[in-house]
Amino acid sequence: MSPLEKVQEQFTAAIIETHSFRGDETAVIRPESLLAVAKFLKETPELDFNFLMDVTAVDYLFFAGGRIQKEFRFEMVYHFFSLKHNHRIRIKVPVDEKNLEVDTLNSLWVSADWYEREVWDMFGIKFKGHPNLKRILMYEEFVGHALRKDYPVNKRQPLIGPQN
Amino acid sequence: MTQTRSMLLNVGPSHPAMHGVIRMIMELDGEKIKNVDIEMGYLHRAFEKMCETVMYAQCFPYTDRLNYVSPLINNVGFALTLEKLLGIDIPERAKYIRVIMSEISRVTDHLTCVGASAMELGAMSVFLYMIKAREFLWELVEEITGARLTISYVRIGGVKADLTPNFVDNAFKKIAEVRKVLIEADELLTRNRIFFDRMKGIGIISAEDAIAHSVTGPFLRATGVAYDVRKANPYLIYDKLDFEVPLGSAGDNLDRYFVRMAEMEQSLRIIEQCFLQIPDGPIAADLTGEVIPAAEMVDSAKMGQTAGLIEDEVSLDPTLQGSTRKYYESISADKKSVVLPAKENTYGNIEGLMNHFKLVMYGHGIKPPVGEVYFPVEGANGELGFYIVSDGRDHPWRVRVHPPCFPIMAALPKCLIGGMMADLVPTFGSVNMIAGELDR
Repeated sequence: MSPLEKVQEQFTAAIIETHSFRGDETAVIRPESLLAVAKFLKETPELDFNFLMDVTAVDYLFFAGGRIQKEFRFEMVYHFFSLKHNHRIRIKVPVDEKNLEVDTLNSLWVSADWYEREVWDMFGIKFKGHPNLKRILMYEEFVGHALRKDYPVNKRQPLIGPQN
Repeated sequence: MTQTRSMLLNVGPSHPAMHGVIRMIMELDGEKIKNVDIEMGYLHRAFEKMCETVMYAQCFPYTDRLNYVSPLINNVGFALTLEKLLGIDIPERAKYIRVIMSEISRVTDHLTCVGASAMELGAMSVFLYMIKAREFLWELVEEITGARLTISYVRIGGVKADLTPNFVDNAFKKIAEVRKVLIEADELLTRNRIFFDRMKGIGIISAEDAIAHSVTGPFLRATGVAYDVRKANPYLIYDKLDFEVPLGSAGDNLDRYFVRMAEMEQSLRIIEQCFLQIPDGPIAADLTGEVIPAAEMVDSAKMGQTAGLIEDEVSLDPTLQGSTRKYYESISADKKSVVLPAKENTYGNIEGLMNHFKLVMYGHGIKPPVGEVYFPVEGANGELGFYIVSDGRDHPWRVRVHPPCFPIMAALPKCLIGGMMADLVPTFGSVNMIAGELDR
């Protein structure tokens, strides 16, 4: 039984959608059940996802030039890896533009700390319960969130020197 | 009344012992480190944002600049992710070439790391020897790719150029030289009292902590956890090769040094095995036309003198050696929708020219299906993963790099707190932080 099937069986109501494009098992889940699913992934012996390999987000504003409509603008993307069973799973959580807040996974994987800071820095998604949510790559005075699709690629915000 | 206060000390952003620009704010009690705050982002060049603005093939030059000590592995990782997204396979020979180049890069990376951290502990000669060895390997890289650092060598569906005719001989000579340097360095460092005392038992991280921080690569393996992407999830032809994954046990600086030294030997072994197994490339005998300079071919094509041109071969600049048509077929996937035609075809016949323009014109280009993929490769510092989201157009919608340094830097305070200020130097050296991939 693959990890995705296990999650599907356990959280039938929480799952919005699943797919295995090119063999990457993916489950899109509702934001409110993120912590429960994450706990299940980490603590079930047959799954044992002890690595939170990567946390990132994707901005779907005008996705494919507006041809593909997504219900919510942002999506959190989590990549989990199990050292013992050598399997991976991707969990995605849609995030509403009006309520940019997701639960932090910091209590389960310490590595979430910096990853979530980066997502906050680049996308402006807040993490409920994060101990130290501040910018990591950009400086504190930076205005806006650089990886959002509505942030112009050539916009300059120098701390010193000529202004934009 | 006496009052005790801890001292705040800034190390970096620009400090000789900081490999790149990074700032650490230390809270010191005498010489003991009570707390560390790491501030990064000084080398942020918006890699992920820039990739969203260019076509897929144009992302490769950006990936060169991620880990600038082993740029070839970044190239390979990005290409493999894209190939997974496109669902294409590449020729055997190209796979071997990619593995050879990745392993050469891994050795150069480890040589830099061990050499630099030895230099910071006073062993200047080891640093110079190791940079000498790295120079031998970079000469090999230069021979194949035409550049030393910003190589942009890997292509979607293959590589840019085939191995040069005398590459194997050269490589064996250089590998022998590198082995000599490794033995020398081992003699100078491993039983050196000063080096040993400053490495042993310093900067310890437990296996549990390392896993909790999602640390991978030599940093994790030094704690005794056998995780190597090349073994766990073999890509290219790593499953056909015989190599070991060196492990440490204590998780201290000394073990990380041992793991890196042992890994270099394994990488050299892999390269040697690849040379024995690699399928034969083209032989010069299958040439039917004549060899003419590239400019001449372009001129005659422009004047419409295309008769017989399809049989001809061009002689190219040395930096493009090995990328002419006869080599091209054995190192590129046979898929016209993603792989650029050989230059003879571009200049010599209309089909090739159209194919070329379809791939490089804005709004045309390579169009993967809508979807998302993640692909990990073993970088020199650990798992290097690319996550690409495609919207079906010729630009990536989102490119995310999972840089191996990032979780290691997050875990670094665990190694430093409670230690001495002077131990920052060897511990930080053993991380092998590369600001290019950390800040992207």
